[in-house]
Amino acid sequence: MNLDCKHVWEHISEYLDGSVDAKLRKDIELHLEHCEICSAILDSTRNILILTADDRTFGLPVGYSERLHERLAREMENSEKDSTAK
Amino acid sequence: MRQADSTNEAGLIARILAGDKELFHDLIRPYERMVYLTLISIVKNETEAEDGAQEAVISAYRHLASFRGEAKFSTWLTSIAINEGRKRLRKTKGAAEESIEEQEEEHEGDFTPAPLTDWSEIPLEALERKELREALRVAVTELPDIYRQVFVLRDLQEQNIEETAQALGINPGAVKVRLHRARMMLQKRLVPFLKTTAPVRRGFFGGAL
Repeated sequence: MNLDCKHVWEHISEYLDGSVDAKLRKDIELHLEHCEICSAILDSTRNILILTADDRTFGLPVGYSERLHERLAREMENSEKDSTAK
Repeated sequence: MRQADSTNEAGLIARILAGDKELFHDLIRPYERMVYLTLISIVKNETEAEDGAQEAVISAYRHLASFRGEAKFSTWLTSIAINEGRKRLRKTKGAAEESIEEQEEEHEGDFTPAPLTDWSEIPLEALERKELREALRVAVTELPDIYRQVFVLRDLQEQNIEETAQALGINPGAVKVRLHRARMMLQKRLVPFLKTTAPVRRGFFGGAL
């Protein structure tokens, strides 16, 4: 079946996740072969996902981990005291 | 996201519950980033997110005995982080504001991608640009709540559809719809930026990473 662009756009997300069925996948790929616009949309969306998953994009505050473990250590100490006090 | 081997993890949890408390530091380490990102996706303020992340981890520590292993540890921890975030959001926004859970699915709006005509792929150099990362951070922050939360769990923390649905208490179908819309909104937001900052044409997979 020949898909139109709009139909392809509706399935971009699932296509990228590999969750479209074999038939639809084939139809989408056939369409992509001759449609530069859809190919570009697919590539740009894919690249956004790559960039999102890159640890450098969404960084943690400096010292976050240290502060978290210090806090946890204090909590452990306190719970230790509580349990010995009982 | 790398996650601890689940057998290993179950062993760790058993030892912590048996009294080897210090091991909780090791248990939580692979998930520190995930907890923070979950919080920031809800409260959108760094300080508040860090405080919330600490509270969520402490809460997980205190309630570890109630983790039965039916869900994955990461899913359980994510739920705690989401609850902590929502609690904080309610405090800041006040009771008058509708809660995230009650937000209506937005049916209005244009969720089609931005068509590109003058370039076919984002060059590798563009992906390396700091400005692009910044633009993406801003765009994600500005997504409507229900879309941002699904996007962060699924694409940033790389949880699967089922885990995302479970953590947010929505059905998998809703996760798919929101994820698709979130991705399309981001694509649309970032395309103009990429066009102006990506003068060099080169295939993404054309260069070595």
